Amino acid sequence: MDARRESEPTPMKNRTTVERKSERELVVTRTFNGPARIVFEAWTKPELFRRWWVPKSMGMVLRSCEMDVRVGGTYRLAFEPDGVAFFGTYLEVTPPSRLVWTNEESGEGGPVTTVTFEEIGGQTLLVMHELYPSKEALDAAGTGAADATVETFAQLDELLLALGANLGVLT
Amino acid sequence: MVQYTWTRFDASFAALSDVTRRGVLEQLARADASITDLADRFQMTLTGMKKHVCVLEQAGLVTTEKLGRVRTCKLGLRRLDEEAAWIEKYRKLWAARFDELDTVVEELKRMEKVDGRKKRE
Repeated sequence: MDARRESEPTPMKNRTTVERKSERELVVTRTFNGPARIVFEAWTKPELFRRWWVPKSMGMVLRSCEMDVRVGGTYRLAFEPDGVAFFGTYLEVTPPSRLVWTNEESGEGGPVTTVTFEEIGGQTLLVMHELYPSKEALDAAGTGAADATVETFAQLDELLLALGANLGVLT
Repeated sequence: MVQYTWTRFDASFAALSDVTRRGVLEQLARADASITDLADRFQMTLTGMKKHVCVLEQAGLVTTEKLGRVRTCKLGLRRLDEEAAWIEKYRKLWAARFDELDTVVEELKRMEKVDGRKKRE
């Protein structure tokens, strides 16, 4: 085990960030230690894609993964045991820098996903952008409505704590 | 950003300077309520309660939603907490995916090296 570790050093994990950019948009950002053509390949070849898209922590098993990666082509990912599926259509395929597809499993409310791969000094900056048809659709995908951005949460949390303490004293 | 935050704080503290409004927040922390419910509970007119709720709403402490003829009030912050929690859950899923993707990328890089030249389809 130790020998294997020495021969295959595990690099530091890069940070994944998520931001609710607007009422209708979520943006996920991550850097990968490899050229864009390799990262792009891992997003567009089903035998590679299925190895990372369902991490063990998700607790689900992929039954099938079909991807016809070309403009107008479709994809379909079905899970064990009941066949719950994610599916949609590729709108743009520009190797190795850009992929755009629809998410149609939840009907009209599904977002359009745009992934860009930007190579910088041998590394790849990946930006995944999900644009929902409406604020309501994004809220429904996650949680209740909120107008504030992520950055204000910390301050508001502090305020809530202070408020809770005050109310405790006052009543 | 800082300016925005302080404006927000000022509005919040102004909203909290009134004993009835603090009571309304405490009440909403237990359960959502309509303006009529709140007016009854605090023994005031509908118009008076509407004004208080409006101040709390502008401070972002309360959100209201009109369903039919009833306006329901909720604690605003709780919803923010929910969104923060959801975004963190979503981030964790993608972080887990991308950590696995690192492994795939490392493997493809090694394969390219072994091949001695760029692997092209």
